[in-house]
Amino acid sequence: MAWRLHSSLRVVLSAAIFAALPLAVAAEELVAYKITNKTSIENSLTGKPGDPVNGRKVAINRKQGNCLACHALPVPEQPFHGEVGPDLSAAGSTLSEGAIRLRIVNPKAVNPDTFMPAFYRNDGFTRVAKKFQGKTILSAEQVEDVVAYLMTLKGN
Amino acid sequence: MRRGILAAALGLGLSAVLAGPAMTEQSQWGPYQVGDVRSGYTYAAGETRDMQDDDFVNPAMLWVDSGAELWETVDGAAGKSCASCHGDAAESMAEAGTKFPVYFEPSGKMMNLEQRINFCRTENMKADAFKWEGQELLRLTTFVRNQSRGKPMNVKIDGPAAPFYAKGKEFYETRRGQLDMACSSCHVDNAGNMLRANLLSQGMSNGFPTYRLKWQGVGSLHRRFRGCNKQVRAQPYDYGSEEYVNLELYLADRARSLPVEAPAVRN
Repeated sequence: MAWRLHSSLRVVLSAAIFAALPLAVAAEELVAYKITNKTSIENSLTGKPGDPVNGRKVAINRKQGNCLACHALPVPEQPFHGEVGPDLSAAGSTLSEGAIRLRIVNPKAVNPDTFMPAFYRNDGFTRVAKKFQGKTILSAEQVEDVVAYLMTLKGN
Repeated sequence: MRRGILAAALGLGLSAVLAGPAMTEQSQWGPYQVGDVRSGYTYAAGETRDMQDDDFVNPAMLWVDSGAELWETVDGAAGKSCASCHGDAAESMAEAGTKFPVYFEPSGKMMNLEQRINFCRTENMKADAFKWEGQELLRLTTFVRNQSRGKPMNVKIDGPAAPFYAKGKEFYETRRGQLDMACSSCHVDNAGNMLRANLLSQGMSNGFPTYRLKWQGVGSLHRRFRGCNKQVRAQPYDYGSEEYVNLELYLADRARSLPVEAPAVRN
Protein backbone atom coordinates (compact mmCIF):
# COMPACT_ATOMS: atom_id res chain seq x y z
CA MET A 1 0.00 0.00 0.00
CA ALA A 2 2.78 2.36 0.94
CA TRP A 3 4.56 1.53 -2.26
CA ARG A 4 1.47 2.18 -4.34
CA LEU A 5 0.98 5.56 -2.77
CA HIS A 6 4.60 6.39 -3.33
CA SER A 7 4.41 5.21 -6.91
CA SER A 8 1.34 7.24 -7.80
CA LEU A 9 2.81 10.28 -6.12
CA ARG A 10 5.85 9.93 -8.30
CA VAL A 11 3.72 9.77 -11.40
CA VAL A 12 1.88 12.93 -10.41
CA LEU A 13 5.12 14.71 -9.58
CA SER A 14 6.88 13.75 -12.78
CA ALA A 15 3.82 14.74 -14.80
CA ALA A 16 3.86 18.13 -13.10
CA ILE A 17 7.55 18.60 -13.83
CA PHE A 18 7.09 17.52 -17.40
CA ALA A 19 4.18 19.92 -17.93
CA ALA A 20 6.22 22.77 -16.48
CA LEU A 21 8.97 22.31 -19.05
CA PRO A 22 8.63 24.12 -22.35
CA LEU A 23 8.21 21.74 -25.28
CA ALA A 24 11.69 20.47 -26.06
CA VAL A 25 11.26 20.83 -29.77
CA ALA A 26 8.77 23.50 -30.67
CA ALA A 27 8.80 23.85 -34.44
CA GLU A 28 9.93 27.20 -35.76
CA GLU A 29 7.26 29.34 -37.29
CA LEU A 30 7.84 29.32 -41.04
CA VAL A 31 7.10 32.15 -43.43
CA ALA A 32 3.94 31.29 -45.36
CA TYR A 33 4.38 30.99 -49.10
CA LYS A 34 2.23 30.20 -52.10
CA ILE A 35 3.15 27.71 -54.79
CA THR A 36 2.05 28.80 -58.27
CA ASN A 37 1.18 26.12 -60.87
CA LYS A 38 3.11 23.52 -58.81
CA THR A 39 6.25 25.02 -60.33
CA SER A 40 7.26 28.17 -58.51
CA ILE A 41 7.09 30.44 -55.50
CA GLU A 42 6.81 33.89 -56.99
CA ASN A 43 7.31 36.04 -53.89
CA SER A 44 10.44 36.45 -51.84
CA LEU A 45 10.11 34.73 -48.46
CA THR A 46 11.49 37.82 -46.79
CA GLY A 47 9.65 40.36 -48.94
CA LYS A 48 12.93 41.68 -50.33
CA PRO A 49 15.68 40.55 -52.67
CA GLY A 50 18.43 38.32 -51.31
CA ASP A 51 22.14 39.05 -51.19
CA PRO A 52 23.95 37.08 -53.92
CA VAL A 53 27.36 37.49 -52.29
CA ASN A 54 26.17 35.85 -49.10
CA GLY A 55 24.21 33.33 -51.16
CA ARG A 56 27.44 32.12 -52.73
CA LYS A 57 28.89 31.59 -49.23
CA VAL A 58 25.80 29.69 -48.10
CA ALA A 59 26.01 27.49 -51.21
CA ILE A 60 29.60 26.57 -50.37
CA ASN A 61 29.23 26.16 -46.59
CA ARG A 62 29.01 22.47 -45.68
CA LYS A 63 26.78 23.17 -42.68
CA GLN A 64 24.42 25.44 -44.60
CA GLY A 65 23.45 25.03 -48.25
CA ASN A 66 26.32 22.68 -49.13
CA CYS A 67 25.02 22.88 -52.71
CA LEU A 68 28.46 21.74 -53.88
CA ALA A 69 27.80 18.34 -52.30
CA CYS A 70 25.61 17.49 -55.27
CA HIS A 71 25.96 20.27 -57.86
CA ALA A 72 28.75 21.82 -59.88
CA LEU A 73 28.89 25.60 -59.51
CA PRO A 74 31.27 28.26 -60.88
CA VAL A 75 33.25 28.20 -57.63
CA PRO A 76 36.81 27.45 -58.79
CA GLU A 77 38.38 27.87 -55.35
CA GLN A 78 36.56 24.78 -54.09
CA PRO A 79 38.17 21.60 -55.46
CA PHE A 80 35.30 19.12 -55.17
CA HIS A 81 31.92 19.56 -56.79
CA GLY A 82 29.28 16.86 -56.58
CA GLU A 83 27.71 15.11 -59.53
CA VAL A 84 24.50 13.83 -57.96
CA GLY A 85 22.41 16.75 -59.23
CA PRO A 86 22.59 18.90 -62.37
CA ASP A 87 25.31 21.45 -63.04
CA LEU A 88 23.97 24.83 -61.92
CA SER A 89 26.38 27.06 -63.85
CA ALA A 90 23.50 28.38 -65.95
CA ALA A 91 20.67 28.03 -63.42
CA GLY A 92 19.82 31.73 -63.71
CA SER A 93 19.19 31.52 -67.44
CA THR A 94 17.38 28.17 -67.49
CA LEU A 95 14.98 28.60 -64.57
CA SER A 96 12.88 31.51 -63.37
CA GLU A 97 13.52 33.00 -59.96
CA GLY A 98 10.26 31.52 -58.66
CA ALA A 99 11.15 28.06 -59.95
CA ILE A 100 14.54 28.21 -58.27
CA ARG A 101 12.93 29.36 -55.04
CA LEU A 102 10.51 26.42 -54.96
CA ARG A 103 13.32 23.98 -55.76
CA ILE A 104 15.24 25.20 -52.73
CA VAL A 105 12.27 25.53 -50.37
CA ASN A 106 10.82 22.11 -51.19
CA PRO A 107 11.98 20.34 -54.36
CA LYS A 108 9.67 17.42 -53.54
CA ALA A 109 6.78 19.65 -54.57
CA VAL A 110 8.24 19.42 -58.09
CA ASN A 111 9.51 15.83 -57.95
CA PRO A 112 8.54 13.65 -54.97
CA ASP A 113 11.34 11.19 -55.74
CA THR A 114 14.16 13.69 -55.81
CA PHE A 115 17.27 13.08 -53.73
CA MET A 116 17.40 16.78 -52.88
CA PRO A 117 16.48 17.87 -49.37
CA ALA A 118 13.87 20.55 -48.73
CA PHE A 119 15.85 23.48 -47.36
CA TYR A 120 12.89 25.35 -45.94
CA ARG A 121 10.71 22.75 -44.33
CA ASN A 122 10.60 21.60 -40.71
CA ASP A 123 8.08 18.79 -40.44
CA GLY A 124 7.00 15.58 -42.11
CA PHE A 125 10.40 13.93 -41.58
CA THR A 126 11.29 10.60 -39.96
CA ARG A 127 13.47 10.42 -36.87
CA VAL A 128 15.20 13.77 -37.13
CA ALA A 129 18.21 14.16 -34.80
CA LYS A 130 17.27 16.14 -31.70
CA LYS A 131 19.29 19.21 -32.50
CA PHE A 132 17.60 19.61 -35.88
CA GLN A 133 14.04 18.85 -34.82
CA GLY A 134 11.58 21.55 -35.78
CA LYS A 135 14.28 23.41 -37.68
CA THR A 136 14.79 24.21 -41.33
CA ILE A 137 18.16 23.64 -43.02
CA LEU A 138 18.28 27.28 -44.15
CA SER A 139 16.59 30.40 -42.84
CA ALA A 140 14.23 32.37 -45.09
CA GLU A 141 17.01 34.96 -45.54
CA GLN A 142 19.52 32.32 -46.54
CA VAL A 143 17.07 30.83 -49.04
CA GLU A 144 16.63 34.25 -50.64
CA ASP A 145 20.40 34.80 -50.68
CA VAL A 146 20.92 31.50 -52.53
CA VAL A 147 18.08 32.34 -54.95
CA ALA A 148 19.74 35.69 -55.66
CA TYR A 149 23.12 33.99 -56.15
CA LEU A 150 21.77 31.34 -58.52
CA MET A 151 19.99 34.02 -60.55
CA THR A 152 23.42 35.56 -61.28
CA LEU A 153 24.59 32.29 -62.91
CA LYS A 154 24.01 32.65 -66.63
CA GLY A 155 26.45 30.08 -67.96
CA ASN A 156 29.21 31.29 -70.26
CA MET B 1 49.53 -16.71 -53.48
CA ARG B 2 47.54 -13.55 -52.74
CA ARG B 3 50.20 -11.53 -54.50
CA GLY B 4 49.70 -13.75 -57.52
CA ILE B 5 45.97 -13.16 -57.52
CA LEU B 6 46.52 -9.43 -57.14
CA ALA B 7 49.03 -9.37 -59.97
CA ALA B 8 46.59 -11.29 -62.14
CA ALA B 9 43.80 -8.88 -61.22
CA LEU B 10 46.01 -5.92 -62.04
CA GLY B 11 47.05 -7.51 -65.30
CA LEU B 12 43.43 -8.08 -66.22
CA GLY B 13 42.65 -4.51 -65.23
CA LEU B 14 45.34 -3.24 -67.54
CA SER B 15 44.18 -5.39 -70.43
CA ALA B 16 40.61 -4.20 -69.79
CA VAL B 17 41.84 -0.66 -70.28
CA LEU B 18 43.73 -1.61 -73.41
CA ALA B 19 40.89 -3.65 -74.84
CA GLY B 20 38.34 -0.93 -74.14
CA PRO B 21 34.67 -1.43 -73.45
CA ALA B 22 34.60 -4.94 -74.88
CA MET B 23 36.10 -6.23 -71.64
CA THR B 24 33.64 -6.37 -68.77
CA GLU B 25 34.28 -4.62 -65.48
CA GLN B 26 33.98 -8.02 -63.87
CA SER B 27 37.41 -8.93 -65.06
CA GLN B 28 38.79 -5.58 -63.99
CA TRP B 29 37.85 -6.08 -60.36
CA GLY B 30 38.29 -9.83 -60.06
CA PRO B 31 36.49 -11.24 -57.04
CA TYR B 32 35.55 -7.76 -55.82
CA GLN B 33 32.74 -7.55 -58.35
CA VAL B 34 30.01 -10.15 -58.82
CA GLY B 35 27.59 -9.18 -61.57
CA ASP B 36 26.57 -5.61 -60.78
CA VAL B 37 27.51 -5.96 -57.12
CA ARG B 38 30.72 -4.11 -56.34
CA SER B 39 32.66 -4.16 -53.11
CA GLY B 40 33.70 -0.85 -51.59
CA TYR B 41 37.18 -1.99 -52.61
CA THR B 42 36.34 -1.06 -56.20
CA TYR B 43 35.49 2.49 -55.13
CA ALA B 44 38.51 2.97 -52.90
CA ALA B 45 41.61 4.91 -53.93
CA GLY B 46 44.52 2.87 -55.28
CA GLU B 47 46.74 3.55 -52.28
CA THR B 48 43.90 2.49 -49.95
CA ARG B 49 43.50 -0.79 -51.84
CA ASP B 50 47.26 -1.31 -51.61
CA MET B 51 47.03 -0.93 -47.82
CA GLN B 52 44.36 -3.60 -47.65
CA ASP B 53 46.16 -5.98 -49.98
CA ASP B 54 49.34 -6.24 -47.96
CA ASP B 55 48.91 -7.78 -44.52
CA PHE B 56 52.16 -6.17 -43.42
CA VAL B 57 50.81 -2.73 -44.27
CA ASN B 58 47.12 -3.18 -43.44
CA PRO B 59 46.82 -1.46 -40.04
CA ALA B 60 43.77 -3.57 -39.16
CA MET B 61 46.00 -6.65 -38.92
CA LEU B 62 46.91 -5.32 -35.46
CA TRP B 63 43.30 -5.97 -34.48
CA VAL B 64 43.42 -9.44 -36.04
CA ASP B 65 46.62 -10.29 -34.17
CA SER B 66 45.41 -9.00 -30.83
CA GLY B 67 42.08 -10.74 -31.46
CA ALA B 68 43.98 -14.00 -31.90
CA GLU B 69 45.43 -13.49 -28.43
CA LEU B 70 41.96 -12.86 -26.99
CA TRP B 71 40.77 -16.08 -28.66
CA GLU B 72 43.24 -17.98 -26.47
CA THR B 73 42.71 -15.93 -23.31
CA VAL B 74 40.85 -17.62 -20.45
CA ASP B 75 38.27 -15.33 -18.89
CA GLY B 76 35.20 -15.69 -16.66
CA ALA B 77 34.04 -18.03 -13.90
CA ALA B 78 33.91 -21.07 -16.18
CA GLY B 79 37.66 -20.83 -16.73
CA LYS B 80 37.38 -21.03 -20.50
CA SER B 81 38.71 -19.23 -23.54
CA CYS B 82 37.12 -19.23 -26.98
CA ALA B 83 39.67 -21.87 -27.94
CA SER B 84 38.59 -24.16 -25.08
CA CYS B 85 35.42 -24.96 -27.01
CA HIS B 86 36.14 -23.88 -30.58
CA GLY B 87 39.76 -24.98 -30.93
CA ASP B 88 41.53 -23.72 -34.01
CA ALA B 89 39.60 -20.72 -35.30
CA ALA B 90 40.93 -21.26 -38.83
CA GLU B 91 38.77 -24.38 -38.94
CA SER B 92 35.91 -23.72 -36.54
CA MET B 93 35.30 -20.14 -37.67
CA ALA B 94 35.93 -20.66 -41.38
CA GLU B 95 32.29 -19.97 -42.26
CA ALA B 96 31.35 -17.71 -39.34
CA GLY B 97 32.21 -14.53 -41.20
CA THR B 98 29.94 -15.39 -44.12
CA LYS B 99 26.67 -16.20 -42.42
CA PHE B 100 25.85 -13.63 -39.71
CA PRO B 101 23.37 -12.31 -38.67
CA VAL B 102 21.62 -15.63 -37.96
CA TYR B 103 18.20 -16.32 -36.52
CA PHE B 104 18.57 -17.11 -32.83
CA GLU B 105 15.74 -19.27 -31.59
CA PRO B 106 15.90 -18.48 -27.84
CA SER B 107 15.48 -14.75 -28.43
CA GLY B 108 13.27 -15.06 -31.50
CA LYS B 109 15.43 -12.41 -33.18
CA MET B 110 18.44 -12.10 -35.40
CA MET B 111 21.87 -12.22 -33.77
CA ASN B 112 24.99 -10.72 -35.31
CA LEU B 113 28.57 -11.80 -34.78
CA GLU B 114 29.30 -9.34 -31.99
CA GLN B 115 26.19 -10.50 -30.15
CA ARG B 116 27.15 -14.14 -30.69
CA ILE B 117 30.58 -13.48 -29.19
CA ASN B 118 29.03 -11.78 -26.18
CA PHE B 119 26.47 -14.58 -25.82
CA CYS B 120 29.33 -17.07 -25.64
CA ARG B 121 31.08 -14.92 -23.08
CA THR B 122 28.14 -14.49 -20.73
CA GLU B 123 26.53 -17.94 -21.15
CA ASN B 124 29.45 -20.29 -21.73
CA MET B 125 32.47 -18.52 -20.27
CA LYS B 126 30.52 -16.86 -17.44
CA ALA B 127 32.45 -13.71 -18.27
CA ASP B 128 31.26 -10.13 -18.71
CA ALA B 129 30.07 -9.10 -22.14
CA PHE B 130 32.50 -6.93 -24.04
CA LYS B 131 31.39 -3.34 -24.49
CA TRP B 132 30.04 -2.43 -27.92
CA GLU B 133 32.67 -0.70 -30.03
CA GLY B 134 35.21 -1.29 -27.28
CA GLN B 135 38.60 -2.49 -28.52
CA GLU B 136 38.21 -6.03 -27.16
CA LEU B 137 34.99 -6.71 -29.03
CA LEU B 138 36.44 -5.11 -32.18
CA ARG B 139 39.58 -7.22 -31.95
CA LEU B 140 37.79 -10.50 -31.44
CA THR B 141 35.13 -9.77 -34.08
CA THR B 142 37.80 -8.74 -36.59
CA PHE B 143 39.82 -11.88 -35.84
CA VAL B 144 36.81 -14.20 -36.19
CA ARG B 145 35.54 -12.55 -39.37
CA ASN B 146 39.04 -12.67 -40.83
CA GLN B 147 38.94 -16.47 -40.67
CA SER B 148 36.42 -16.33 -43.53
CA ARG B 149 38.39 -13.91 -45.66
CA GLY B 150 37.93 -14.73 -49.33
CA LYS B 151 34.82 -16.83 -48.77
CA PRO B 152 31.56 -15.62 -50.34
CA MET B 153 28.99 -13.82 -48.18
CA ASN B 154 26.17 -16.28 -47.66
CA VAL B 155 23.53 -15.18 -45.17
CA LYS B 156 20.20 -16.97 -44.74
CA ILE B 157 17.19 -14.76 -45.38
CA ASP B 158 14.43 -17.35 -45.69
CA GLY B 159 12.48 -19.21 -43.01
CA PRO B 160 12.46 -17.44 -39.64
CA ALA B 161 14.87 -14.77 -40.96
CA ALA B 162 12.40 -13.60 -43.62
CA PRO B 163 10.42 -11.05 -41.55
CA PHE B 164 13.66 -9.55 -40.21
CA TYR B 165 15.03 -9.28 -43.72
CA ALA B 166 11.84 -7.44 -44.72
CA LYS B 167 12.32 -5.01 -41.82
CA GLY B 168 15.93 -4.43 -42.80
CA LYS B 169 14.90 -3.72 -46.37
CA GLU B 170 12.25 -1.28 -45.19
CA PHE B 171 14.82 0.52 -43.07
CA TYR B 172 17.17 0.70 -46.03
CA GLU B 173 14.55 2.30 -48.23
CA THR B 174 13.07 4.71 -45.67
CA ARG B 175 14.00 8.35 -45.94
CA ARG B 176 15.05 9.75 -42.59
CA GLY B 177 16.54 12.77 -40.89
CA GLN B 178 16.30 16.44 -41.74
CA LEU B 179 18.03 15.72 -45.06
CA ASP B 180 15.29 13.18 -45.74
CA MET B 181 17.49 10.54 -47.35
CA ALA B 182 17.35 6.76 -47.34
CA CYS B 183 20.34 4.43 -47.47
CA SER B 184 19.24 3.65 -51.01
CA SER B 185 19.25 7.34 -51.99
CA CYS B 186 23.05 7.27 -51.93
CA HIS B 187 24.05 3.63 -52.24
CA VAL B 188 21.61 2.49 -54.92
CA ASP B 189 20.45 5.60 -56.78
CA ASN B 190 23.79 7.39 -56.72
CA ALA B 191 26.50 4.75 -56.33
CA GLY B 192 29.47 5.81 -58.42
CA ASN B 193 28.66 9.52 -58.18
CA MET B 194 30.75 12.06 -56.31
CA LEU B 195 29.11 13.64 -53.29
CA ARG B 196 31.44 16.61 -53.04
CA ALA B 197 34.78 14.92 -52.22
CA ASN B 198 33.30 11.49 -51.53
CA LEU B 199 32.75 8.79 -54.11
CA LEU B 200 29.49 7.05 -53.21
CA SER B 201 29.85 3.27 -53.12
CA GLN B 202 27.18 0.60 -53.11
CA GLY B 203 27.58 0.45 -49.33
CA MET B 204 28.58 -3.21 -49.16
CA SER B 205 29.23 -4.72 -45.75
CA ASN B 206 31.64 -7.52 -46.65
CA GLY B 207 34.71 -5.68 -45.37
CA PHE B 208 33.56 -5.01 -41.79
CA PRO B 209 34.96 -4.59 -39.23
CA THR B 210 36.85 -2.09 -41.36
CA TYR B 211 39.83 0.13 -40.82
CA ARG B 212 38.77 3.60 -41.89
CA LEU B 213 41.42 6.20 -42.50
CA LYS B 214 38.91 8.76 -41.22
CA TRP B 215 38.59 6.84 -37.94
CA GLN B 216 42.28 6.01 -37.65
CA GLY B 217 41.10 2.68 -36.33
CA VAL B 218 38.86 -0.32 -36.83
CA GLY B 219 35.12 0.18 -36.44
CA SER B 220 32.02 -1.97 -36.64
CA LEU B 221 29.30 -1.85 -39.27
CA HIS B 222 26.98 -0.37 -36.67
CA ARG B 223 29.41 2.50 -36.14
CA ARG B 224 29.19 3.14 -39.87
CA PHE B 225 25.38 3.00 -39.72
CA ARG B 226 25.41 5.58 -36.94
CA GLY B 227 27.73 7.81 -38.96
CA CYS B 228 25.49 7.59 -42.03
CA ASN B 229 22.38 8.31 -39.95
CA LYS B 230 24.03 11.35 -38.38
CA GLN B 231 25.14 12.62 -41.78
CA VAL B 232 21.52 12.84 -42.90
CA ARG B 233 20.76 14.50 -39.56
CA ALA B 234 18.77 11.56 -38.27
CA GLN B 235 18.79 10.20 -34.74
CA PRO B 236 21.01 7.09 -34.83
CA TYR B 237 20.02 3.82 -33.18
CA ASP B 238 22.09 2.12 -30.50
CA TYR B 239 24.90 -0.27 -31.28
CA GLY B 240 23.43 -3.75 -31.48
CA SER B 241 19.87 -2.45 -31.76
CA GLU B 242 17.32 -4.65 -33.46
CA GLU B 243 16.94 -2.07 -36.21
CA TYR B 244 20.64 -2.17 -37.04
CA VAL B 245 20.90 -5.96 -36.83
CA ASN B 246 17.98 -6.27 -39.27
CA LEU B 247 19.64 -3.72 -41.53
CA GLU B 248 22.86 -5.72 -41.25
CA LEU B 249 20.94 -8.79 -42.45
CA TYR B 250 19.61 -6.91 -45.47
CA LEU B 251 23.08 -5.60 -46.30
CA ALA B 252 24.63 -9.05 -45.93
CA ASP B 253 22.22 -10.25 -48.58
CA ARG B 254 22.99 -7.27 -50.81
CA ALA B 255 26.64 -8.29 -50.59
CA ARG B 256 25.86 -11.95 -51.29
CA SER B 257 28.68 -13.72 -53.15
CA LEU B 258 31.19 -10.94 -52.59
CA PRO B 259 34.17 -12.26 -50.64
CA VAL B 260 34.50 -11.48 -46.96
CA GLU B 261 37.28 -8.88 -46.88
CA ALA B 262 37.52 -8.26 -43.15
CA PRO B 263 39.51 -6.36 -42.28
CA ALA B 264 39.06 -4.03 -45.24
CA VAL B 265 40.67 -0.61 -45.45
CA ARG B 266 38.53 2.29 -46.60
CA ASN B 267 38.67 6.05 -46.72
